[in-house]
Amino acid sequence: MLANLTSSERQNALILAGGVTLVGAVMAIMGRSDVLGVHGVIVMLFGGVVSWMVMASFYGPEPAEDRAASYYDDPIKVGIALAMAWAVFGMFMGVWVAAQLAWPDLAFDAAWSSFGRLRPTHTSGVIFGFGGNALIATSFHVVQRTSRARLAGQVSPWFVLLGFNLFCVLAISGYLLGVTQSKEYAEAEWYADLWLVIVWVTYFMLYIATIARRKEPHIYVANWYFMAFILVVAILHIVNNLAIPVSWGHAKSYTIWPGVQDAMVQWWYGHNAVAFFLTAGFLGMLYYYLPVRAQRPIFSYRLSILSFWGITFFYMWAGSHHLHYTALPHWVQTLGMTFSVMLLVPSWASAGNALLTLNGAWHRVRDDATLRFMMAAAVFYGLSTFEGSFMAIRPVNSLSHYTDWTVGHVHAGALGWVALITFGSLYTLVPSLWKREGMYSATLVEVHFWLAIAGTLIYVFAMWNSGIIQGLMWRTYTEEGSLAYSFLDSLVAMYPYYIARAFGGLLFLIGAVIGCYNMWMTVRAAPLAATRAADAPVLPAAVPGE
Amino acid sequence: MAEVERDPVTGRETTGHEWNGIKELDTPVPRGVLMFLIVTHVWAIVWWFMVPAWPLGVTYTKGLLGIDQHTTVEARVVEGQRQRSSWTSRLETEPYDAILADEALMTTVRDTGRQLFGDNCAACHGRDGRGRANYPDLTDDDWLWGGGPELIEQTMRVGINTAHPETRIGQMPAFGRDEMLDREQVRSVAAYVYSLTNPDYSTAANLDRINAGRETFATTCAACHGENAQGNTEVGAPNLTDAYWIYGGSMDTIIASVHGGRQGHMPTWDERLTTAEIRTLAVYVHDLGTAQP
Repeated sequence: MLANLTSSERQNALILAGGVTLVGAVMAIMGRSDVLGVHGVIVMLFGGVVSWMVMASFYGPEPAEDRAASYYDDPIKVGIALAMAWAVFGMFMGVWVAAQLAWPDLAFDAAWSSFGRLRPTHTSGVIFGFGGNALIATSFHVVQRTSRARLAGQVSPWFVLLGFNLFCVLAISGYLLGVTQSKEYAEAEWYADLWLVIVWVTYFMLYIATIARRKEPHIYVANWYFMAFILVVAILHIVNNLAIPVSWGHAKSYTIWPGVQDAMVQWWYGHNAVAFFLTAGFLGMLYYYLPVRAQRPIFSYRLSILSFWGITFFYMWAGSHHLHYTALPHWVQTLGMTFSVMLLVPSWASAGNALLTLNGAWHRVRDDATLRFMMAAAVFYGLSTFEGSFMAIRPVNSLSHYTDWTVGHVHAGALGWVALITFGSLYTLVPSLWKREGMYSATLVEVHFWLAIAGTLIYVFAMWNSGIIQGLMWRTYTEEGSLAYSFLDSLVAMYPYYIARAFGGLLFLIGAVIGCYNMWMTVRAAPLAATRAADAPVLPAAVPGE
Repeated sequence: MAEVERDPVTGRETTGHEWNGIKELDTPVPRGVLMFLIVTHVWAIVWWFMVPAWPLGVTYTKGLLGIDQHTTVEARVVEGQRQRSSWTSRLETEPYDAILADEALMTTVRDTGRQLFGDNCAACHGRDGRGRANYPDLTDDDWLWGGGPELIEQTMRVGINTAHPETRIGQMPAFGRDEMLDREQVRSVAAYVYSLTNPDYSTAANLDRINAGRETFATTCAACHGENAQGNTEVGAPNLTDAYWIYGGSMDTIIASVHGGRQGHMPTWDERLTTAEIRTLAVYVHDLGTAQP
């Protein structure tokens, strides 16, 4: 893969990797009496391995071909592999923590395997590991194809991809060691956060620079969403993680936000992580792979505009609906609630735009499990956004808040929308990227689809049931004015649903493992596509200096 | 580049752009979408007029309904207290005998007590109050600090080995570890204690050891557990002659208890529960025991 780099680019790569190794060494020394030292060693190893790989082919021949005449697909391929590896890891952790809720002995009495430490390894593993790598890989693919331009950097895509994965490794190994900021979906500590800022700003600049060199007059919708995703996640990440470390030698830091403001900033971040990481980015995916697979034009450009600006504007206000009936002032809650409801129509406009795009291609949805993945994703997207707006209404929230209903809602979105659109996109992308006729086994795609659907439905229905039962048990009073149930009573009532949830998750995990196998075999064994339309940026007659 | 085509399926025109084969139709936004958009916005605006909504410098719009979550909660707490006062006031003031004799009040105590017990006591003593390893069974008639609602209430209020100024203090010293008894003495006193509840153990072969243990018991243990080993609720020393064990009645566990000592902990509930709640629980726990066959 380094064969595509010139010797000066290899030099830059080596300087970067060497720099990371050095930073790791400094961390290891400064933090030698703290878990920070362990992370220093991990950073050092990571930088060392990359340096070694660069050095191994440092003196290879210069790239022969004109690189601007082809797309830069190597980082995308690695990104897909990493995404699927994280998917299996993250979903396995999910099944494990789900099983712990039903059978607490599965924590095996160790600190690292307790629920509190494993749970963020699941959420970060699937959101950042699986989702993040899938977004980076597909965004690199989509921006090149829809701009008819090669990525605007040779080393920077690798820096973004590998740097992001280093962040994931630091975050997740930290949780197992007990390192956490205790902010949901932002648990990683200050040094990992600083590193992610560098990586993410590079990602943004690379993306913008690639768009700037596009050979299409207009920027395609998918790129609006990807840009919103990258830009807003940078802002959210920086503001929510403003913190002061205890010392340069300690992993621990304290947030600069006091009291209820910390809660507000955290959920402004948390809800927009859902909005811009788990929604905008994946809408970018949907807007490219769904029309490609369906071979249909997008139903309505105007609807795209309405939903894009609706989503980007309204989501920004919605975070306070996570703090209904708390110390947060009433008026902030009202704004969060009303903007969440106003958000519903733009959200549904996206889902509707996707489903109406399938008009004229429903026979393909019937026959092609890959397209069906994306269709089902759009349906779940519509369901989850309706549910989300509904749950944001204060009186509804008084029943749903703190219950498994929230967990069910998140998973309707995470499994039904995010994971299904990703699998559909990857099943479209993998054969095209490796120039195969199709996936190794269409049957296995079909099996994966039904496992994923069954797993999602079992999971979501179990959590809807248990959540509403919990909510009702917690608010039922006797005639004398006492609570009718203790918390333990509600926990006992959850038991069968916890088992059902773990089972649904297991089905989903098995599907992902089958997907990995199928992709692996596609790369290894599927027949090469005999003829393909040219998949390269078409060069105008001569572009000097490109 | 901009070539507008007509899509044969929908009859709509495209925007004329193309990105790697993807085209877009120029379909207008469906009227239903706009209608629904207006409905949600009108709903939001109405809500803004009704309740606290928009910040105005150092204050905010209060809303026509005059609602605020703080006053709403305060009102509902007062209403809840008023609703419960008919029986909570009786539990606060009436003597336990009167409470126990009133079957209607006892029904309330059992309903409320079950929930209070589940949320405050069950984590250690179990949902049914039967305890588990290291936590006493509250359904039997064997009490460390004395049964009956008055003493149970006192135990709940001050706790055992807590920071409360009047805390009940109960400690079994580590006779072996702290070298008050030697290895053989620990074994023999354990053998004696074991024999109290296991008559089969008093065989000729074990008799010497049991007798030696009885002497050690009389000089070392009887101060708290009593000469006949039946315990003393004044100091929270358990009865060693019955079938109820907190830490376990096997020979190994008894040796471990004598060697390493024991110090239980029960939190003080004085400031965490109201008087009515504590007395409800005292009656409830007392009732758990007496309701047993």
